Amino acid sequence: MSTVEKPSYKVIGTRPIRHDGVDKVTGRAKYGADIRLTGMLWAAMLRSPHAHAKITRLDTSKAKALPGVRAVVTSKDFPDQGDRLVELGEGSVNMKHLAANVLAHDKVLYHGHAIAAVAADSIHIAQQAVELIEIEYEVLPPVQDALSAMKPESPVLNTDVRTKGYVAGGPGSADQPTNVASRIYFEQGDIKKGFADAAVVVEREFHTATVHQGYIEPHNATVLWNADGKVTVWMSTQGTFTARQQTAELLRIPVSDVKVVPMEIGGGFGGKISVYLPPVAAMLSKLSGRPVQLVMDRAAVLLATGPTPGSYIRVKVGTDKSGRIIAADAYLAYEAGAYPGSPIGPGCMCIFSCYDIPNARVEGYDVCVNKPRTNAYRAPGSTNAAFAMETVLDEIAKQLKLDPAEIRLLNAAKEGTRRVDGPKYSRIGMAETVEAIRDSAHYQSPLPGPNRGRGIATGFWFNVGLKSSVTATLNLDGKVSLLEGSTDIGGTRTSIAMQFAETLGIPCEDVHPSVVDTDSIGYTDVTGGSRTTFSTGIAAVNAANDIKQQLIERAAIHWQTTPDKVQYIDGGVTCSDGQRLTFKELAAELHELGGPVIGQGTSGKEAQGGAFGTHCVDVEVDPETGKVQILRYTAAQDCGTAIHPSYVEGQIQGGAVQGIGWALNEEFWYDPKGLLRNATFLDYRMPTCYDVPMIDAIIVEVPDPSHPYGVRGVGEVPICPPPAAIANAIANAVGVQMTTLPMSPPKIMAELLKQKK
Amino acid sequence: MATVFIPAELRVLTHGVSQLTVTASTVADAVTELNGQFPGIETHLIQGSKLRAGLMVSINGTFSSQGLRAPVTASDEIHFLPAIGGG
Repeated sequence: MSTVEKPSYKVIGTRPIRHDGVDKVTGRAKYGADIRLTGMLWAAMLRSPHAHAKITRLDTSKAKALPGVRAVVTSKDFPDQGDRLVELGEGSVNMKHLAANVLAHDKVLYHGHAIAAVAADSIHIAQQAVELIEIEYEVLPPVQDALSAMKPESPVLNTDVRTKGYVAGGPGSADQPTNVASRIYFEQGDIKKGFADAAVVVEREFHTATVHQGYIEPHNATVLWNADGKVTVWMSTQGTFTARQQTAELLRIPVSDVKVVPMEIGGGFGGKISVYLPPVAAMLSKLSGRPVQLVMDRAAVLLATGPTPGSYIRVKVGTDKSGRIIAADAYLAYEAGAYPGSPIGPGCMCIFSCYDIPNARVEGYDVCVNKPRTNAYRAPGSTNAAFAMETVLDEIAKQLKLDPAEIRLLNAAKEGTRRVDGPKYSRIGMAETVEAIRDSAHYQSPLPGPNRGRGIATGFWFNVGLKSSVTATLNLDGKVSLLEGSTDIGGTRTSIAMQFAETLGIPCEDVHPSVVDTDSIGYTDVTGGSRTTFSTGIAAVNAANDIKQQLIERAAIHWQTTPDKVQYIDGGVTCSDGQRLTFKELAAELHELGGPVIGQGTSGKEAQGGAFGTHCVDVEVDPETGKVQILRYTAAQDCGTAIHPSYVEGQIQGGAVQGIGWALNEEFWYDPKGLLRNATFLDYRMPTCYDVPMIDAIIVEVPDPSHPYGVRGVGEVPICPPPAAIANAIANAVGVQMTTLPMSPPKIMAELLKQKK
Repeated sequence: MATVFIPAELRVLTHGVSQLTVTASTVADAVTELNGQFPGIETHLIQGSKLRAGLMVSINGTFSSQGLRAPVTASDEIHFLPAIGGG
């Protein structure tokens, strides 16, 4: 459904076959672990068997002496990072913490923390050498959840962490080591008065589990530190330029001495932005004089790469008799993992973002715990927050006997609504997504049968803009080579090529997109934040317009007139005297009209209009086991303008399935010693095709005025509503309101048994 | 006159004042004016010649990549917010 009459696009809104499709389906696409270089060594890593310990002795001499071993590194082989913050594209990073996460310094802070690495003639020799590394620990007590870690008597992970934004009497410390890294606080209106005036008030506490992004392809890096000092990295990454900068900063070499070559990527979801392996492989390469390949196995991925934070959230919401929200209060504590940096800021900004609330307060804390350093995961921080807010709102709707869609529409944020963190919204499509669900065949259908329930929930994500570059070369056959720096995770080669083709009025199939290395394209930020189709799309539109202008000038030469007499219209140039050349006809003449035509485009918007999604789910709960079966699922999302509707639907479906995983199964299982006990995909239970029905996607189009074609990012919002929608459906099915994720069978059974007592 | 919205956590420094109108033409000027009214608040917003790490400036609801250099005009709203990335 579209809220405006759309222009009659020729390419946008169609569903061309993706440009990289043949390589992907024939198995010819090259991933990071496929790389083979002459003289290449294989590397393996030593990882911590403890969740929290001091390293009291580390001796690598026996490993170095093993025949076939070419190099061994520990943190001592790397330059000191000092106390500095570096801007890495998606925010500032404490380099000392990043370096200690890559290879532990004097302490290990989580089970699986990397300590040393060996490069050898074969992976088997490397693994054998790792076993020969002698290491002794002083084991320390671990702390694994935010509330425990905030207590003054809790073991402290990092001696250099103080509470940013500390308030006297509050958690943390301004001058003593603490696990509480920062405090976020927002407030608007008068919440005391708001709650005093409220007819209904509901307050609940929530806990959400640590969840991994679960990408299929493990992290990998193959690095050659050449004799000329230049470093080349072949890797799987969401952002070549941030990978380049992180690698250069960790090695303390000039950024231009590092080239990152992006291989195809088997999923990222935010988890392939931070680097883990390239600096280690680079140092091994430097010491050995050979290229080195380092590939994680599944256990290493789950043990040591950024999951999303577990969290504690308390929410209190008050409404008047009509259901209008007049006060809301939230307290959030997010687990940062071993080093500061959870998405507590966005979590606090998102928790009330779907609604127009006159009186609100949000307080949040970023807390270090003995788990892997958290990293971004689709709409980081927002899913946890939506679970809390959207279930409380449903409880209020029940008390007031309001339809859950109607209470959301009654309170929906719209253009001009001021969020609790301050800014007002521009044109947004929150209400439209709720209306799309309310009016859907799914929501309008009956749901007969025992132990069955229906739930809805809404979610929000900002979507970022950031920087992108595109270069386009016009060939003599009228086709275009399009170079971009955005690694292609979800079909963005095609969505970017489509915008380029639309702007020039040529077929999408005549544009040949390539994702290239950091020496071959201008700076481009990560493929993340739902930004690529938006921001790199703008760069592509700008490159196309650059080509248009150049073709006008070439046509003027051809017709021996002046450029002001030539117009670019509908895939060709037209002279004021009526003569016309098509794009291809003009391309064929370029060598006689001044030579090559190369278009360039960049974009640098920091933000785009935010996006909303509303989901509806039917579930059946087995009262004997607590198992939840998803019966039907519909997701509506505002995507501005759908460039390639199949990819938009794919993003919505993929995000919804990941959200279903958060809701029902996925969690890291740590034992009392802080050791991860389910570091395999057999035991870390992600949804499969046996667990979910077809996700019906409803594309809502409320164009974003800040993009030439109205695009809004679509990749992140769909993970936000599922846990809350499923919790609301479970409550409607069996009458228990779940407040803990995942809502796995044992937890649901516990609530059902309480209900029977 | 543009309006600077004072982050809620810094309102202890402004005696509860939540916003201030300024004649500034850039965000940097706005912070200088703010600091003139509430001495010391600047150190919570600026580090060296840049916004503090982890902060971004939003003008009329849109984050600006220009930071302290970002131009502001009359009727603009200036907010200082946590930086946002994404997955």
